[in-house]
Amino acid sequence: MKSIEDLIKLRDSARKNINMRLNPGSIRIQIGMGTCGIAAGAKHVYQKFQEEIREHNLKNIILTPVGCMGECAFEPLVEILESNGNHTIYCQVSERVVEDIVEEHIIGGAPIEKYFLSAIKR
Amino acid sequence: MLERIHVIICGGEACSKQEAKDIKREFDRLLEQEGLTDEAKTVMTGCMGLCEYHPVVVMYPGEVFYQNITVEAVATIIEEHIKHGRIVEQYRIPEPFDRGKIKNISQLKFYKMQKRIALRNCGVINPLDISEYIARDGYFALAKVLREMDPKTVIDTMKQSGLRGRGGGGFPTGLKWEFAAKSVDDVKYVICNADEGDPGAFMDRAVLEGDPHSVLEAMAICGYAIGAHQGYIYVRAEYPVAVERLEIAIRQARELQILGRNILGSHFDFDIELRLGAGAFVCGEETALIASIEGERGMPRNKPPFPAVRGLWGRPTNVNNVETFANVPVIFMKGADWFKNVGTEKSSGTKVFALGGKIMNTGLIEIPMGTTLREAIYDIGGGIPNKRKFKAVQTGGPSGGCITEKYLDTPIDFDNLVELGSMMGSGGMIVMDEDNCMVDVARFYLDFTVEESCGKCTPCREGTKRMLDILNRICEGKGTEEDLDVLERLGKMIQESSLCGLGQTAPNPVLSTLKHFRSEYEAHVYDKVCPAGVCAKLTTFTITEDCIGCTKCARNCPVGAIHGKVKELHHIDPALCIHCGACKVACPVNAISTKPVMKEEHAHV
Ligand SMILES: Cc1cc2nc3c(=O)[nH]c(=O)nc-3n(C[C@H](O)[C@H](O)[C@H](O)COP(=O)(O)O)c2cc1C
Repeated sequence: MKSIEDLIKLRDSARKNINMRLNPGSIRIQIGMGTCGIAAGAKHVYQKFQEEIREHNLKNIILTPVGCMGECAFEPLVEILESNGNHTIYCQVSERVVEDIVEEHIIGGAPIEKYFLSAIKR
Repeated sequence: MLERIHVIICGGEACSKQEAKDIKREFDRLLEQEGLTDEAKTVMTGCMGLCEYHPVVVMYPGEVFYQNITVEAVATIIEEHIKHGRIVEQYRIPEPFDRGKIKNISQLKFYKMQKRIALRNCGVINPLDISEYIARDGYFALAKVLREMDPKTVIDTMKQSGLRGRGGGGFPTGLKWEFAAKSVDDVKYVICNADEGDPGAFMDRAVLEGDPHSVLEAMAICGYAIGAHQGYIYVRAEYPVAVERLEIAIRQARELQILGRNILGSHFDFDIELRLGAGAFVCGEETALIASIEGERGMPRNKPPFPAVRGLWGRPTNVNNVETFANVPVIFMKGADWFKNVGTEKSSGTKVFALGGKIMNTGLIEIPMGTTLREAIYDIGGGIPNKRKFKAVQTGGPSGGCITEKYLDTPIDFDNLVELGSMMGSGGMIVMDEDNCMVDVARFYLDFTVEESCGKCTPCREGTKRMLDILNRICEGKGTEEDLDVLERLGKMIQESSLCGLGQTAPNPVLSTLKHFRSEYEAHVYDKVCPAGVCAKLTTFTITEDCIGCTKCARNCPVGAIHGKVKELHHIDPALCIHCGACKVACPVNAISTKPVMKEEHAHV
């Protein structure tokens, strides 16, 4: 990159990937993968999402690791961002919960409240 | 996550989820339309338990609850509350209402009190992809600095922001940069201190793992300001994830010419390399760190000369902490005045704390300076689990001290913590309850410093060891009255005569617990009792009514001191008991009590 203009170009094209509202119909799945998340099993959760996405042949999904979200006591954390602006944080996610999230939330469009961070954290 | 206002919308299934969704959509639409998306953020939560007021919207900061919100009401709230800071009384839930009903108040508070500057991208972007950092305006601060500012303006901006070093000392960052800039030499260096040795602190790791580019960007800005072309990140090898992500980040930045020659088309060259540390605490001290990079043994040396004058390979060097650097790009994007307005007069900005110990929500929090300890521990941390009583909070790790209940309403900043006999340190915050023995806590930290003392100066090498011997003696019930005085005298001596910060602060955990919990020390020394039931030798083990008569304790007792029939209450013979604690470990129903029987009774035995 030779100038700030190049930087602006890259920024504007990259924004689509993190701002789901610019990307109608797609879903971003963020897995907390700091050392804390990894220690709690986030790598398995990540792999399970990969498998499920492949198995169900899902399109328009951005699956990405992110850093520590701060709620280390409730790892592994998964945040789902949808193009309508909804954010959902699931906590203490296991591989089995991944199946539920994919089937009920991602495919079925119905977030599963019992796994919400706000439901488990009291 | 730099939004000024959070709009929390209750989206519980119980009531009408659709309504909540429509309200959220309306908020998002209008915020976008008004160009307020950087200032306010909407968040949908699970059921709050306030169904009678549904639909409910909560505004933070200020925790204002609005009830019976309709899509039409959204425009009014944005106009009045968000734009003009006026509460819309018409929708407000009248006080007093039963706040006890609010189910996820803990999470609401979690939003309310945090402000993410250093951690702005952690948990938001993919740290392995430079374009996601750029999508959140990453490297725009560097671009702006290179295009619009001369080095002096950069330093003036830093000075004006009031940012102070997050590595422990709290030295003004702008001033430090100015010293390095004023040292005349054609070769200078920028070092990022990512050694993070405090037990219990892991915020630097979180930044490196979650947002490595923010550190790279800040180092380049610093290099431009002081006239350096090479940077080093000294990171402990025990952080393999951070190391890997930094390597990837550096590679990606080089590929885009954000590091290397002629950065972003300017005439400024800057590159960064990693140096791995072996994980010695003392190597976090800047002169020891420099020695370690040079290939020498990691030992501190006398200051002055400071690294800004004679640092790495004898050249002027600026050393800053990871979290310090992570704040820098924001200062240039949002302006020094914006940053200065966050926090307190003398400590601007935020601080990341690692909450640990006896607290509900262990984790990382970033709060504006000036937040009180009570807010951090109770409102954000969720308080103490198991209905236990708060006893003390330890800040500053092995260099810090304990703060008691009485001072919980103190606003956190660099100077206040020092005044309380503790310090900010790198931001560890360990909460202790009535089950923690303060003598044992002091011993834990001192044990750490004895291990980590590099041995170069006598007070630290010998003195801390003697203090530890005394503490060990006290915990074993062999302490004398004189010991307490010696601890105090020795501690002060070590503080005053040690070469580096490690020794100068090593006695703090002991001195501060001696000051605030002297009676607990005295119980150990005079009554030979550990009131918290931690020091095994000074603990009377008894079996409570909860005993189910499973005989496990009796079978595990190495000296046969426990008697009792199957399915009946068991007893420990105090004359035979050797206080090993094996019964407590073995008991499946937690029926072994370690509480002192009665201090008075015991004293007369
Ligand atoms: C024993 C000892 C350990 C230290 N460990 C660290 C550390 O792990 N990380 C850190 O940033 N600073 C550490 N420091 C402070 C550094 O010497 C130095 O002050 C700091 O890196 C400066 O950065 P700042 O101005 O951004 O805070 C330590 C100091 C001492 C005396």
